[in-house]
Amino acid sequence: MGKKVTLDADGVYYKQLNEQIRDAIRNGAEEIELLNVRGQRYIGNAIDKPVKFLVHGVPGQDMAAFMRGAFIRVEGNAQDGVGNTMDDGEIEINGMAGDVLGYAMRGGRILVKQDVGYRVGIHMKAYMDKAPIIVAGGKAGDFLGEYMAGGAIILLGMDSTMPENAPITGRSLGTGMHGGVMYIRGEVPEYQLGPGLSFHPLEEEDMAFIRTHVEAWAKAFGKDAEEAMKGTFRKVKPFSKRPYGNMYVGTN
Amino acid sequence: MKAPSNFWNFEKDISGCGVFGVIDKQKNLINGTMPINAMCTMHDRGNGLGGGFAAYGIYPDRADEYAFHLMCDDQAALDRAENTIKEYFEISVSEPIPTRKVLSVKNPPLMWRFFVTPKERRPKWEELSEQDYIVSVIMLINQNGGAFVFSSGKNMGAFKGVGFPEDIADFFRLDEYSAYIWTGHNRFPTNTPGWWGGAHPFTILDWAIVHNGEISSYGINRRYLCQHDYLCTMMTDTEVVAYLLDLLIRKHGLSYEMASKVFAPPFWDEIDRMGAEDRKVYEALRMVYGSGCLNGPFAILVTDPNTMMGLNDRAKLRPLVIAEKDSMVFMSSEESSIREVCPELDRVWAPKAGEPVIVKVEA
Repeated sequence: MGKKVTLDADGVYYKQLNEQIRDAIRNGAEEIELLNVRGQRYIGNAIDKPVKFLVHGVPGQDMAAFMRGAFIRVEGNAQDGVGNTMDDGEIEINGMAGDVLGYAMRGGRILVKQDVGYRVGIHMKAYMDKAPIIVAGGKAGDFLGEYMAGGAIILLGMDSTMPENAPITGRSLGTGMHGGVMYIRGEVPEYQLGPGLSFHPLEEEDMAFIRTHVEAWAKAFGKDAEEAMKGTFRKVKPFSKRPYGNMYVGTN
Repeated sequence: MKAPSNFWNFEKDISGCGVFGVIDKQKNLINGTMPINAMCTMHDRGNGLGGGFAAYGIYPDRADEYAFHLMCDDQAALDRAENTIKEYFEISVSEPIPTRKVLSVKNPPLMWRFFVTPKERRPKWEELSEQDYIVSVIMLINQNGGAFVFSSGKNMGAFKGVGFPEDIADFFRLDEYSAYIWTGHNRFPTNTPGWWGGAHPFTILDWAIVHNGEISSYGINRRYLCQHDYLCTMMTDTEVVAYLLDLLIRKHGLSYEMASKVFAPPFWDEIDRMGAEDRKVYEALRMVYGSGCLNGPFAILVTDPNTMMGLNDRAKLRPLVIAEKDSMVFMSSEESSIREVCPELDRVWAPKAGEPVIVKVEA
């Protein structure tokens, strides 16, 4: 058990709050609990130590941007831009998250109990052992995985604030996607798929991969992993390795 | 009160506007400190070049009269505007809008309010309906310049200017008002000058609108409105939405739902997938009101004395969160601003792109 620090964010401006957090980490804090967070931006930005954050309240824009290796659990909803260009570590959001979650994310994992907003996971990328993962238990908006170049998005459509008949995801799904994979539990109408994408059959390793991360999601939020695994998953990938290879310069 | 000549020359700060609204469906009055505190939480969404609020239910003793709020360059401009108002209206009250001296609010224009009723014998525009008559006189005053009517509804008012919203609220002493609908705005001007008239809300008659985003169809919308005798004088894109609401809903009788589908129409491929009847309606809306379509990113809050509507552009390029608590409904750019003033909520959700959230008063 490392050193634990509790900070009350009530009425504290984001600059001062982040200074307090950085001071605490410099002084050896391994666990930081934040109380009464209401809209303070940039919490956990670029933290490159395995610090454990517990956030009570609603953190502001760009939480965990450029984060490298820390763990953040949010007891509440998160706003826009969580995990922007995040490099490593893990985020658990015990509620729903806003738009552009995991934008240009390059490593680590984000688990969201419920819905995520629009433009989630756009421009995610992977390189060698770096492969970012997003698991959302609810539904998502349009442009999910747009321009995605690597990593994985798993969308369960189970625990949602939206009406039953609302689609699991929206239009322009994976537009411009040229790498990585999306697993969507439930029906995805063909017209939602961006150009150059198709549904692929699920292999055994796909199911094993899904199970690993769905179990982590279930454990984080007290859910039943088996119920999630009972659903039918659609696998969305580009139909070729380089679907845009000929877009600007012809190669054949 | 002119747009500053060096308006492009401020230090660039990455941000976007912020909007907040609250409506009490039972018409219970909410003190101004609630919207002010909510806007404070979103301080960094603006840059101090515009803040404002709209409030409904603030003039119950004069609820039958039109409350005109004016901002004027100087006494001479106010006198000119007053002469015009006298020509067309009976004035029952003429008084300064109560203000405080606030350190951060520099060189405010002269703020005046009139409570008026149209003259029995109109000097002009006898054939117009009462509300069209009001609109015509406001357009006349505003195009002369120097003095602008920035609020003209009954039992409601807009308060706005150059500054952060909390400073503008302090300036107008909004903590002394209570209303059953409030909207607030924190401005980060992008394409147009940050001047007093360009702050939000924009209003005409009982309509008020606050907006986060930019309306790139401003030119088309403005030309279309011009043909219907609405003149844009505030040099800010959002002004067109106030007049479009008046044209579409009050004059053309469209419902809120339909007006929102004019502003954010479904894409043509979505219309193609609809059933025959819906397809016909949406095709007609897009063809008849193509010039009323709002292009570009927006999250808007629209209000009248009975309604608050939140609407996103159809690609959802700006945030909007809705929350309910008992008889209150909140709409905001950020959930944190709602939690600031109401920590426990019954329900929170983010509406879909182009899908309006319409809340009506029940009392």
